[in-house]
Amino acid sequence: MADNSENKVTPASRQYPDPAKKLKHDVATTGHSWDGIEEYDNPMPRWWVWIFIITIIWSVGYWVAYPAWPGIKSSTAGLLGYSSRANVVQEINEFEARNEQFFVQLVDTDLEAISDNDELHRFAINAGASVFRAQCSQCHGSGGAGVQAAGYPNLLNDDWLWGGTMDDILTTVTWGIRNEDFADARWSEMPAFGRDGLLDDAEIDQVVHHVLSLSGSDHDAQLAAAGTELYEINCASCHGDGGEGDHFLGAPALNNQVWLYGGSFDAIRETIYYSRFGVMPGFENRLREAEIRAVAAYVHQLGGGQ
Amino acid sequence: MGLLDHHKKIETHATLLLVLSFLVVTIGGIVQIVPLFYLDNTIEKVEGMRPYAPLEIAGREIYLREGCYTCHSQMIRPMRDEVERYGHYSLAAESMYDHPFQWGSKRTGPDLARLGGRYSDDWHVQHMINPRDVVPESIMPSYAFMMNRTLDRSDAEHVRDIMAVYRVLGHPYTEEMMENAVDDFFAQAEDFGDPGLLDRYPGAQQRSFDGQEQVTEMDAIIAYMQMLGTLVDFDTFVPVANR
Repeated sequence: MADNSENKVTPASRQYPDPAKKLKHDVATTGHSWDGIEEYDNPMPRWWVWIFIITIIWSVGYWVAYPAWPGIKSSTAGLLGYSSRANVVQEINEFEARNEQFFVQLVDTDLEAISDNDELHRFAINAGASVFRAQCSQCHGSGGAGVQAAGYPNLLNDDWLWGGTMDDILTTVTWGIRNEDFADARWSEMPAFGRDGLLDDAEIDQVVHHVLSLSGSDHDAQLAAAGTELYEINCASCHGDGGEGDHFLGAPALNNQVWLYGGSFDAIRETIYYSRFGVMPGFENRLREAEIRAVAAYVHQLGGGQ
Repeated sequence: MGLLDHHKKIETHATLLLVLSFLVVTIGGIVQIVPLFYLDNTIEKVEGMRPYAPLEIAGREIYLREGCYTCHSQMIRPMRDEVERYGHYSLAAESMYDHPFQWGSKRTGPDLARLGGRYSDDWHVQHMINPRDVVPESIMPSYAFMMNRTLDRSDAEHVRDIMAVYRVLGHPYTEEMMENAVDDFFAQAEDFGDPGLLDRYPGAQQRSFDGQEQVTEMDAIIAYMQMLGTLVDFDTFVPVANR
């Protein structure tokens, strides 16, 4: 055991400063004494007292300038006429006025011609990007890459379900897909071949292999060949003989490796068995026409616009 | 210095100090709080507000139980950026049937005051099961267990008890609503449920929200989320601007 007794400081050897020595001048005590401990009667620091007084004066100015005292029916309005509601309306109007000329131009300009006007196109893309982030990114992803697990389409590629021209995109955004809010919503429905008993399990497996073969994925050639006729009878009218798809019917192309719900055997089998029913709201009531046109222009230039 | 000498009396008598402090706080409270109950601009009446339907109450209870309010607010402030992102700023009356209100002051996730109708039920189901499936950058926990938690008759009766308490607090639940509470609870989560629900609770959403046969907590929470902020129609209701 090390002897560390030398490090110990005994209370008796401690030096306590005499508090009285630190005082610059003599201060009277309050006269209280508890167990011999007395209390100096120091004044509050000047700076503190002044700030206190200034805040009181400030509050008087505040009462006059801003809504403050309650009356019988309403509060005093204040000389500045401050109102958070009026302010937000005014601020929004201010930005509206600044954007007005572009909004008007956007609505007046032919869709295909928007990209010819550099300044307008830049405005459309930026305005569209902000609309996209607030209204579209939750499903299509903040970058527009979609979410395959959930069947939200990727907007960056040129594989379109309902067409990728400015006009097509505008229609889709305006009315949406398979919603009951708008009669003009894009609508098509694939039958649930398994659930509704249109095909039996073995037949569905054959069709799945045929679909896999269309896209050049790994498949069982024998089953795929057996599924050819079933495919032609049940699927080709919408998806095309070679799986080209059909923009008019919103039938996805099956001859490439872009999959809405996944391209594995299981995913395709689930699609055929239960069918899918992807929906999209229409934005006719939620956005103004210029905003819809702006977001269409934004999506069009993401990479896949036709 | 006569005044200060009098003040010394207060400082040195604990009971007197207590009584007078209470008096001062009471006056302050009256001046601040009482006007809120009669000033025109704090009791603005708006069209469309109705008390919560039974299944929505169950969803709201789940919202409270899971502490959703610790990350999500339900109040859109009157500022341009908020209005442009979330929609019309919230009105006090829109929280009139919230006990307690869910305004919140912390937004780890987005504001939910006008969530209703913004997303499909499918989106909500996927999002609750695994938020990363639909929002890759999300840090919200998974609530997949709600899919398996079936709500039965005793849960519906519990909601009816909550409604009875709300009634005491002044929510205008009618006798008819109370009698049908348990039935309405289940009817709201059915695809072709009793349409009487919609007469009693105009604007309620009625369908199987999670696509499962039985009524689950997922149905309840989505029923609640799909009605948030949808009751006041801002096409017809224009709040007075100078409030």
